[in-house]
Amino acid sequence: MNSPKTANIQAIQIAISSQADVIACRKTARETATAMGFGLADQTRLATAVSELARNALRHAGGGIFLVHAVQSDGRNGIQVLVEDKGPGILDIEQAMQDGYSTDRSLGLGLPAARRLVHNMQINSKPGKTTICIDIYLPQ
Amino acid sequence: MKIAIMKLGEVLITALPLDLIDEDAMGFQTDLLHEINLRDAKGVVIDISALDIVDSFMARIINDSASMAVLLGVKVVVCGMQPQVATTLIEMGRELLGVEAALNLDLAMQRLLQRIDDE
Repeated sequence: MNSPKTANIQAIQIAISSQADVIACRKTARETATAMGFGLADQTRLATAVSELARNALRHAGGGIFLVHAVQSDGRNGIQVLVEDKGPGILDIEQAMQDGYSTDRSLGLGLPAARRLVHNMQINSKPGKTTICIDIYLPQ
Repeated sequence: MKIAIMKLGEVLITALPLDLIDEDAMGFQTDLLHEINLRDAKGVVIDISALDIVDSFMARIINDSASMAVLLGVKVVVCGMQPQVATTLIEMGRELLGVEAALNLDLAMQRLLQRIDDE
């Protein structure tokens, strides 16, 4: 059963096909976090992680889909964000999670940085479909 | 969108706006170096107080712009980082920002003028 906090939170989906969409994704993630009662620090952590993932989808796959919704796990309320793309996929996830690994000119900090900002991050990737899922929970 | 770069005395002052897209951020980097060269600046202040998110890309742009400006021979101070942005950047990885910083524009100008005077 959803608590009142999560019951009023609507799932929102955004198609990522431009820089403006990346900005819309992180704004939406922040607004959802604000609506659920997350503090400024967690709002910023989530919005920053979303910015990394949405930018990756745009840059490496030409775009993707962003989905944010409320979740519950072990009685804790949280937010889950999914970013999915149809790009070439991440060949070596372990390598991609290391600081400094980059297939373009970026610093290669995006994925590991996003991982450090949230409570949980899951990556499923094969050529043609990559799904990255991040969760952040309210303090109990 | 072009970001204004103003000159006050020997110092260039610029402020990064909220929700800057990547192309404009890269354009800013080029413009800043060009302006330093063109306008004989001795110092640069980059105000980032409007930024509510600094992700790894934006951190790199700020870092690189400052480092490049230093290579041209000017002093650079970045100012006004929001506290939660500082928290997030440190958690993401300590290598992200390594520039001279000040709490606000007033203190940044003071520091910069002092350092220009010291020379």
